[in-house]
Amino acid sequence: MFENLSDKLQNTLKKLRGKGKLTEKDIDVAMKEVKMSLLEADVNYKVVKTFINNVKERSLGHEVMESLTPGQQVVKIVHDELMKIMGEAESKLKFNPNDITYFMMCGLQGAGKTTATGKLAKKLKKDGKRPLLVACDIYRPAAIKQLEVVGASVDVPVFAMGDKVSPVTIAKEAMKHALKHGNDVVIIDTAGRLHIDDDLMNELVQIKEEVKPDEILLLLDAMTGQDAVKVAETFNKYLEITGVILTKIDGDARGGAALSIRNVVDKPIKFVSVGEKMDQIEPFYPDRMASRILGMGDVLSIIEKA
Amino acid sequence: SKTKKNLTEQIENIIYSHRKIDDEFLEELEEILITSDMGVETTLDIIEYIKEQVKKNKIEDTGEIKNLIKTYLANMLEEHEVNEEESNAQKVILVVGVNGVGKTTSIGKMAYRLKSSGKSVIVAAADTFRAAAVEQLKEWCTRADVEIISSENGSDPASVIYDAIQSAKARKSDILICDTAGRLHNKVNLMNELSKMFKILDREYSQATIDVYLVIDATTGQNGIIQAKLFGEACKINGLILTKLDGTAKGGIAFPIVKELNIPIKYIGVGEQIDDLQTFDAKEFVNAIFE
Ligand SMILES: Nc1nc2c(ncn2[C@@H]2O[C@H](COP(=O)(O)OP(=O)(O)OP(=O)(O)O)[C@@H](O)[C@H]2O)c(=O)[nH]1
Ligand SMILES: Nc1nc2c(ncn2[C@@H]2O[C@H](COP(=O)(O)OP(=O)(O)OP(=O)(O)O)[C@@H](O)[C@H]2O)c(=O)[nH]1
Ligand SMILES: [Mg+2]
Ligand SMILES: [Mg+2]
Repeated sequence: MFENLSDKLQNTLKKLRGKGKLTEKDIDVAMKEVKMSLLEADVNYKVVKTFINNVKERSLGHEVMESLTPGQQVVKIVHDELMKIMGEAESKLKFNPNDITYFMMCGLQGAGKTTATGKLAKKLKKDGKRPLLVACDIYRPAAIKQLEVVGASVDVPVFAMGDKVSPVTIAKEAMKHALKHGNDVVIIDTAGRLHIDDDLMNELVQIKEEVKPDEILLLLDAMTGQDAVKVAETFNKYLEITGVILTKIDGDARGGAALSIRNVVDKPIKFVSVGEKMDQIEPFYPDRMASRILGMGDVLSIIEKA
Repeated sequence: SKTKKNLTEQIENIIYSHRKIDDEFLEELEEILITSDMGVETTLDIIEYIKEQVKKNKIEDTGEIKNLIKTYLANMLEEHEVNEEESNAQKVILVVGVNGVGKTTSIGKMAYRLKSSGKSVIVAAADTFRAAAVEQLKEWCTRADVEIISSENGSDPASVIYDAIQSAKARKSDILICDTAGRLHNKVNLMNELSKMFKILDREYSQATIDVYLVIDATTGQNGIIQAKLFGEACKINGLILTKLDGTAKGGIAFPIVKELNIPIKYIGVGEQIDDLQTFDAKEFVNAIFE
């Protein structure tokens, strides 16, 4: 099904490329394919609509109509607009130059927070930092134990106070602990929660106010569908997140959610998580993601070949 | 303090703003349906169906559209339902799915449910991979008050299944539920590992009926279809558990999956507590999407 769509899209774009002159109808037909392809990739419907309108408008402008290779121009516009939304490659984390740096991980249930906490710790350690992990998930059965196992596997200490103490208190105590033990980066693992759960969302707000994190990272599963926008918007509304980590992209999901959230919250995707092992985290490459969402091996090379 | 916005409101809006069932109306309808994650194909099928009905029955009132869609969707789900005959035979439930969808939690809830209905239940901890997966399942088994068979981390999951079968046989348990590690369907070796577990159940526990439940997270987008297909190739799936329906995602991906695999939805997960699991009812589900 997906293959078919991207094949269809490729064919349509190819046809466009071959044309010397384009009519509005040609562009309409092509845009319909692009639209379907984006929807099948789970790009949010509203985002798709705006995107298509932008592309259409530009395609009907003189930059295309007066060009000698109008079809190719349209393909390029599709790619350009996609890249524009996708943003720059940005895998840098913000550190506090004068004091202990705090990162807070948040997201829906099962998104990959605890795993990514371990991965970041491993990375930081390799860079010569002295990270501390904080177990603020007091709800999920064995969540603390999970973080402890993860911490041990990357040889990084875990601060925990059991599941009878409020996460806000745990975070506060962890700050003291880090100061005392000379940790320079503290990563707070929080429980998965629904964005519509006011109580639990407010718990995060309290942790944020207490800790004032340098990074508030939203973990988002690459397989997420149309709901991704609501999730990202709401987490951002409560917390003013600083970045996103897109997880489980070792699967074959097209990952249109990435495009949607970039579009609505305008926060960088800092990393992608590509597996369950502790070293499986990578910087985010916007161009790769764009090609993946379009379901086309390498859009750039298609454009160049034209 | 959880609130939920539904499709009805959106549909009612367009019904209110359109007197006639015209292209513009249908296009807005298409948009609303897509936002439920049911996918382009299912959506276009529905639109096609509406067009047919409108023509055939000379429907003019946009107000009738909502019921048309509901009927269409409920029929589609009911078509794939199977009547389960009550049997006293022993039963195995193998629970599979991609990472983090809610397998272990659903097992805790099912174990509790079955135990409460008077069945004897054993749970096998065949996720020997993920950090603290066994501890998590143990906690659920304590809550549900059922026995768990486990082995140390890193051991062969198939051997845990094997041990659990022996226990279930010895204790004449009614139901054996097997947890498995989350795995992405495109990882061939992990899918082979799953087939192996299934084969052991099939071979070593032939007196039991085997159910394989695929767990799908309601927030999942179109990837759910490939998940269903590839898990279905690794072992014979005969039921779905749709989790996390307490969020804002509608779980529309269930429609193309049910159709693709021709299997029914068995349970829905609506929270993180032990009693947050409901048996599936097609009409209720469709109503919940719209009401
Ligand atoms: N394949 C794959 N699996 C991942 C990735 N990241 C996390 N996982 C798996 O996804 C599942 C959930 O990961 P966790 O780290 O426990 O997720 P979480 O957000 O902490 O979950 P909760 O605390 O329950 O909300 C586990 O099985 C992880 O091994 C990834 O990038 N790829
Ligand atoms: N809101 C909500 N959360 C759920 C539901 N079912 C499971 N969860 C949560 O989702 C997260 C993942 O659940 P698990 O049961 O660990 O998922 P899993 O499929 O066993 O995960 P892996 O074994 O890591 O692949 C946990 O935080 C659960 O509490 C549900 O119906 N609603
Ligand atoms: Mg966690
Ligand atoms: Mg599990």
